[in-house]
Amino acid sequence: MKHLSPVNAKAHRLAAAVTAPEGVTAQRGGAAPEGAMNDVVALHTPQQPQGPHIPLGCSTVFAPGWEVDRTGGTAGLCQPVERDLFDCHLGCFWPAQVPDQLNRAPDWTKKCAAAQKDWRKIDIIFP
Amino acid sequence: MSRLLNALHPGDCHSFEAGGQRFLYLAPSAAVMAVDDVSAAVLDVIATHARSSEDITAELAGRFPAEAVEESLDELVRVRALRRVDTPARRPPIVLPLTPVPLSTMVLNVTNQCNLSCTYCYEYGEDKIVQTDNGKQPKMMTEQTARESVDFLLRESGRDAHMTFFGGETLLNFRVLKTTVAYATEQAAALGKTIDFSMTTNATLLSAEVIDFLAEHKFGVTISMDGPPDLQNKFRVFHNGTGSYDIMAPKVKALIAKHRSRPIGARVTLTKDTLDVRRIYTHLTQEMGFWEVGFAPVTASPERPHAFGDAGFEQVLSEFRELAQDYLAAALENRHHGFSNVRETLGEIHKGASKAWPCGAGFGLLGVSTGGDVALCHRFAGSDDHKLGTVRDGIDRTKQHDFLESHHVSNKTDCQTCWARPLCAGGCYHEAHTRFGTTNQPNLHYCDWIRGWTDTCLHIYGTIAQLNPEFLQQFEDANEAPQPS
Repeated sequence: MKHLSPVNAKAHRLAAAVTAPEGVTAQRGGAAPEGAMNDVVALHTPQQPQGPHIPLGCSTVFAPGWEVDRTGGTAGLCQPVERDLFDCHLGCFWPAQVPDQLNRAPDWTKKCAAAQKDWRKIDIIFP
Repeated sequence: MSRLLNALHPGDCHSFEAGGQRFLYLAPSAAVMAVDDVSAAVLDVIATHARSSEDITAELAGRFPAEAVEESLDELVRVRALRRVDTPARRPPIVLPLTPVPLSTMVLNVTNQCNLSCTYCYEYGEDKIVQTDNGKQPKMMTEQTARESVDFLLRESGRDAHMTFFGGETLLNFRVLKTTVAYATEQAAALGKTIDFSMTTNATLLSAEVIDFLAEHKFGVTISMDGPPDLQNKFRVFHNGTGSYDIMAPKVKALIAKHRSRPIGARVTLTKDTLDVRRIYTHLTQEMGFWEVGFAPVTASPERPHAFGDAGFEQVLSEFRELAQDYLAAALENRHHGFSNVRETLGEIHKGASKAWPCGAGFGLLGVSTGGDVALCHRFAGSDDHKLGTVRDGIDRTKQHDFLESHHVSNKTDCQTCWARPLCAGGCYHEAHTRFGTTNQPNLHYCDWIRGWTDTCLHIYGTIAQLNPEFLQQFEDANEAPQPS
């Protein structure tokens, strides 16, 4: 890295990880985990940042959805129903359905760090 | 629209300047990076609101070549100092160790009785959680229970084990302490493990015999002491109300004169009435001869008269900052300074500690009550609600697993946007229990203070890293046992 210089021990490991060549996997506890940023990557598209990717969202990934489970009920959903509220904002970005978090309501989900637990804390936004 | 989607905004990090250099402290990796002029300019541009990389490059066009700005943006995104607006914040997964973590430190409450009646004491005051007076837990640990505890520690530990004697007033049960040390030394040797001992005491019962014993067995000794006579005698009193300074001070001096193999530290409890950090520090190091002094605000529910209000925390912080400047001045000249709060935090910053749990309580550190119950730590030892097992039957692994899972920092919603969480992780369970009635709750009344203090220590760390980096070598292999407080 040219613009950032590691100072503490963790920074040296981080620098080694983010500058390592692609395809090298992380080693646990190693001094310089070469290539830790390039782990197994699923559904990679050009817009996504380099690195281990945990897919979020609906139709583009293998989540079967959260409206109903395979029996037609909601008990066996792999994602809690509350995710539906939140996912229009993050995974799918469906701006008509959620407050405008870029300009008018940047903090509307601030208190909602985990949707399945905190969805009641999401702010009500009046246009 | 696409431009907005590609906009960048600051990630989880804290930017600070020290020794004429700009730095970034990155959460959750806990890395400290020195930042060059281009990156510093990028961070300033982006500080107020999200901007696209094109906008940033355009804004800095007169000052830096576009190529340099783009490189810097790329690096900042890679270390997660910047985040694209359409990328969700990643919450670290809750990963619990698959095999039990070896027990490193066992704190043995050899008695729950005390010859002092410090009015702020968590063990006897109105905020107590362990019933010490109704006979549920024995007043003194028996020799048998102490031996079983040693067996438990050596069964659960790795190659190195640390044993800490605690109370009540530890020395009220010196008889059992003595035989336990002999037994533990013998058993550890038989198993090929190393064991070392430490204790916390109010010093009133330090006799020549005790001092010889502590020196002989290389005890790490922590003395609970609040400062010069007027401050020490305010809360640290005998049952009849008499202050304890005159009794304990000469004994502390005798101990320090005789016991030279390990540094002896003082542990100060700060209340809103005894807030004079520098005077306390000067007295304890220069008059008394302590090698190190650690300060901790009293644990008390807010309605107690000695508890801190917001103004109190601000005052502690400003007094800590002043003393921390003395530490920095000493560090730059390679001199020792005994303000241990700074040294401990610098050690954690240097390693890049990023904690999933605020401390080792419940896995690497356990407390044992006088009756042999095993709990999170010494502050909970003897409380049925926080029991994790007994020294005879071992640790209830399901309970331990549930505790660790539910107390993981990822479950503390309030901590998820805080840059200081790698070092704090929500803070002391006992403090949270006293303030909020549950160990799960992050200590929200401390947040400003923790961030202020972490920022101060980062400044000191950055300044030392710039001006005297060799000083930081001492933190490379620091592997000390935590001292209970």
